[in-house]
Amino acid sequence: MDLAESARASGVETSAGGSVAIEAQNVTKIFGSGADEVRALDSVSVTIRENEFFTLLGPSGCGKTTLLRLIAGFEHPTGGQILLEGQSIGHLPPYERRVNTVFQNYALFPHMTVAENISFGLEMLGKPRSEIAATVDDMLRLVKMEALAARRTDQISGGQQQRVALARALAPHPQVLLLDEPLSALDYKLRKEMQIELKRLQNETGITFVFVTHDQEEALTMSDRVAVMNEGQVLQVGPPHEIYNHPGERFVADFIGDTNFLKADVLSANGQEATLRLASGAEIDATLPEGLSAAGQVTIAVRPERAVLCSDKNAALLRGELQNIVYFGTDTHYHLTLPDGEVFTARVQNTRSRQAPYELGAEVGIAIEPEAIQVLRD
Amino acid sequence: MVNTAANSAELSLGTTLQGGASAEQTARKQEVRRSILLSTPALIVLFCAASGPLLIMAVYSFLSAGPYGGIVWKFSSDGWASVVMQRDIFDDTLSIADAHVTILWRSVRLSLLTTFTCFVFGFPTAYFIATRRPERRNLWLFLITIPFWTNLLIRTFAIMELIRNQGVVNTFLTSFGFVEEPIQMLFTDFAVMVGMTYVYLPLMVLPIYASMERLDFRLVEAGYDLYATRFKVLKRIIVPLAKPGIIAGSILVFIPALGAFVTPRILGGGKHMMLGNLIGLQFGQGRNWPLGAALSLTLLVLVMIALLYYVRSAGKSGGSHG
Repeated sequence: MDLAESARASGVETSAGGSVAIEAQNVTKIFGSGADEVRALDSVSVTIRENEFFTLLGPSGCGKTTLLRLIAGFEHPTGGQILLEGQSIGHLPPYERRVNTVFQNYALFPHMTVAENISFGLEMLGKPRSEIAATVDDMLRLVKMEALAARRTDQISGGQQQRVALARALAPHPQVLLLDEPLSALDYKLRKEMQIELKRLQNETGITFVFVTHDQEEALTMSDRVAVMNEGQVLQVGPPHEIYNHPGERFVADFIGDTNFLKADVLSANGQEATLRLASGAEIDATLPEGLSAAGQVTIAVRPERAVLCSDKNAALLRGELQNIVYFGTDTHYHLTLPDGEVFTARVQNTRSRQAPYELGAEVGIAIEPEAIQVLRD
Repeated sequence: MVNTAANSAELSLGTTLQGGASAEQTARKQEVRRSILLSTPALIVLFCAASGPLLIMAVYSFLSAGPYGGIVWKFSSDGWASVVMQRDIFDDTLSIADAHVTILWRSVRLSLLTTFTCFVFGFPTAYFIATRRPERRNLWLFLITIPFWTNLLIRTFAIMELIRNQGVVNTFLTSFGFVEEPIQMLFTDFAVMVGMTYVYLPLMVLPIYASMERLDFRLVEAGYDLYATRFKVLKRIIVPLAKPGIIAGSILVFIPALGAFVTPRILGGGKHMMLGNLIGLQFGQGRNWPLGAALSLTLLVLVMIALLYYVRSAGKSGGSHG
């Protein structure tokens, strides 16, 4: 506990408020050499704040696990620096970093009981016996495993193993807890439970969580901030709503949630404010993302739930022919074909009674509010 | 006979490892039943081939020695008595047979030492192989088995050539002035131990490798992550998880070492006999078959004690994580 406090006191203050737990500066990691060279991380810079639930989100092979392993110390960076509480740790072995990991398949010690697993880290830190016993009890209570303390780890269920793995990693009270896709082995219901559980644990312990997942829903529901990664690079960092509503790049918009992509021409631009013309001929005002100069064709993204179907074709921004209607319970998906052949999806919530005012094959208008239009950097 | 004992050691190894309790107990039981059924032919062969000679040995050990070798069909406990006792040729009083006790003790001591040195060299080797890329591991295992391509006698004579007074090692040491006089290595207990370590090392490496190959190296990472240094990870995680292999390897080295014949014969000379040589002597020049038979059965008892110890410790480790 005192360690965490002193670390917090010495922590670096950021402009955003709250001190920095982990800072990756231009971290590059290359595996292999010559023709087999794989650039797992390409000059990645990320700042993770104290007490934050930070998620690294991306498809498999995007480098998110490599970044986690670099922070944990299982790998060492080829270039760049990793700072923990302001101190460079890139060269330190894992056992000299106050960072603990919850492994994807838990990696519980099979020759030890639940309690022995949890006490292992504390023993290695050379804590006195009485303190170890007290902390183990606390941890067992925290993850609600008191009754199974004496069990062997192969005698408990997957969800319980997950809790033990969490308790084992939290017991030494690390400065940062790393979680490598810890929920992927659980079934849907258990995963939902554990998502809430993880949030609760993070609140109760006040430890910085760095969570790796390829599940966008997990990332959106649990995180304070999300870093979207692809091909060894961090594409966008921000709170879930920002990532979802204002994706900067096509990959981010595509990877998180469903998105309609439309082509548009920039007619005129005044700073970041620009007027675009859609393929349908409709003109709209939009804000250009940073780094995009006003010229030529751009891609815009529209979330399906932000599009509204209307029978007034002329007033609407777009119009399309209704190809397919899929009923999903809470909402209905309308698949439309635009005049230029592009497919557009609109998602309409089913309120009160089920209305189906539109017939298949009918031409309907698609209304989109200006705020729902996001211009991408591509 | 020694080989049979080693084989049955492996058999009991297989069945005890499957004994652990788990959630799918019934499925396991069925599997065990099936594997017993499958091993029945081998068990029948082993039983017939082992029990016949054993029975003959047991009967011979209680008969009298023939004047020119062989036996006389007359009951006598002399065979057993002279395992550790000797009868004075003048007044028929019994006393402890120092020579036999010395040989017995040397056999046990050298076998234990050999087991230990095999472990010291074999464990890192097995670890090395288990941590190679999967496609490379077979190559390393193949290299481990290469010494078996040469006859044991030739390999033992090669060691003799290395360590004798005018041998390679001593020539090197004297010509570079490390020692004045050549070190007497051949015909010592040390030579026997070196020879046996060399011969039995693969029997230690292979079972340890087998248990380490199954070891999940993420557990090693988890150990490092939880502040365990390299030594602590070795002591608290790798060794406990490789324990079944270590025990199996130790048994596979200890048992044949206890009955070793060729290596002590060549490298130990006449003065540093082991139990195997003593038994051989009784059936040859000694012309005392009942004593030879009794000594063989003594060896068997020693092996049984080692096996019992193994079964107990394997059962214990099975109880904690099997």
